[in-house]
Amino acid sequence: MNKTFARVLPRVLHALALAAFVAFALFPLFWLLKVSLTPDDLMYGEGVRLWPSRVTLDHYGAVLRHSQFPLFFRNSLIVSAATGLLATAAASAAGYAFSRFRFRGKAWVVGVMLISQMFPLIIIVAPIFRLLAPLGLTNSLTGLVVVYTAFNTPFAAFLMQSFFEAIPKDLEEAAMMDGATRFQALRHVILPLTLPGLAATGGFVFTAAWSELLFSLMLNSSAAVSTFPAGLLGFVSKFSVDFGQMMAAGVLALLPVGAFFLLIQRYLVQGLTAGAVKG
Amino acid sequence: MSRALALKLEPYFYTAPSLLLIAAIMLVPLVTGLSYAFHDLILLDPLSGDFVGLDHFRELLDDDGFWTALRNTVVWTAVSVALQFTFGLILALLLNRPFPGRGLVQALVFLPWAVPGFLSGLTWAWLFNPVIGPLPHWLQGLGLLATPQNILSDPHLALWGPIAANVWWGIPFFAITLLAALQSIPKDIYEAAAMDGAGPLLRFRRVTLPLLAPTIAITVMLRTVWVANFAELIVVMTKGGPADATQILSSYIFTLAFQRLDFGYASAVAAVLLLLLLAYAAAVMVLRHAMTERA
Repeated sequence: MNKTFARVLPRVLHALALAAFVAFALFPLFWLLKVSLTPDDLMYGEGVRLWPSRVTLDHYGAVLRHSQFPLFFRNSLIVSAATGLLATAAASAAGYAFSRFRFRGKAWVVGVMLISQMFPLIIIVAPIFRLLAPLGLTNSLTGLVVVYTAFNTPFAAFLMQSFFEAIPKDLEEAAMMDGATRFQALRHVILPLTLPGLAATGGFVFTAAWSELLFSLMLNSSAAVSTFPAGLLGFVSKFSVDFGQMMAAGVLALLPVGAFFLLIQRYLVQGLTAGAVKG
Repeated sequence: MSRALALKLEPYFYTAPSLLLIAAIMLVPLVTGLSYAFHDLILLDPLSGDFVGLDHFRELLDDDGFWTALRNTVVWTAVSVALQFTFGLILALLLNRPFPGRGLVQALVFLPWAVPGFLSGLTWAWLFNPVIGPLPHWLQGLGLLATPQNILSDPHLALWGPIAANVWWGIPFFAITLLAALQSIPKDIYEAAAMDGAGPLLRFRRVTLPLLAPTIAITVMLRTVWVANFAELIVVMTKGGPADATQILSSYIFTLAFQRLDFGYASAVAAVLLLLLLAYAAAVMVLRHAMTERA
């Protein structure tokens, strides 16, 4: 009796602790969903109940009808997908160089990338605006893609480096012995093996671009090129008492990144694990 | 000959696209931005733009707003990172043992990381709102609050609101990186330690922690810098208020630049923040180097 207890107890504690983490992680999102489904007449009377006595989809209907969210959604999708592709491409090239070459100035290149992660980005809003405006890249989705690609490349490059470290160097050396150039070896031998890494990096960048608010707000003032975060914030300040509609809009903003993240998160752990082996 | 040259240049071809992009979009604007710190630059004011030397930095010394924001930055960063790290490590250790449904549980607990920052801020601001959110009532039930009030409008408590949101949002980052590091520790080391009679606590202290140390040092450093620069939650939840009680340096910069349009002074504050963070990162690197040398 005592022995079974001693064997079961750690497992029960383990499960309880994990349940607490799951509850903590999901509760705020659950609350967002709950308020978005609560009819207006119950909003205040049942404000702190865990689930309303009636639910409605009215808030979602209102958000989709009264706002330009479908447009914002499309803009965000274009910007995030393009940023994900470009940053991953640039970052895999850089990450590959970090992992495979020793070259003069390497420490400087890494240093530049580290410094680019160290300052508050607010300080470069005005200079970037002055740089992009004459090129016609403000109030433009392309401008946002350029800026986001630059912001996300450094971290993505370090991530890709760790994925490449996990792949033995012998593989492309063997291909190069057989007469392939290094680039051919990279394309045909190494890249297919890093697909999970590419997916994780791309997903990471996509999520970051989808979430970015400051530059989207500052560089693009016209609604036609607003992304979801800027649109949502505008909506929130305009309808600041309509909690149901605000939270419905929040849930809509969350759907694509949430789904994307659930798909790629396991590659993120796998890839980092593989990279850490060689440290 | 040209083949040898091409081989020598090869690494630069791979790094050039990233490097050019980062230089053009981040480093050149950074230099321009820092140069504003030495100019009197107020947006929409055609008379501004003169070189003022170190005037802004002298002004800083007497600026109570700056010193409050500096103190808050330390509290905000230290408390947020410490809690994110502690809970992230616990979560990584829990996830590191196999159990049925692990894939699903892992996906769910990592989900907050996918939530856009400003949306986390909004969500937590709503949770702290007594009209629509449960937290004030729960805090009252626990005896932590006398009345179900909104802590975001209490100058003494307000900073805890964004910290709560930040901890919720940041746990997955540490859990993901630490779990990856844990899974790369070879199993036979544990088996050998267990054979030698080491209990779980001793194994954690003698095997796990030392092997995790390099990952911990790097992630804590990156995270500290990042959290110190992270103004979004504060801007969305409290706008730095009430009465600047929750202003941190990066949100103070935001307020100076986009509400007072004083880009010169905002850049001076940003330059100080950048210097402090560089000094911190350098200190961590030196410490880490010293520790690996000794070991």
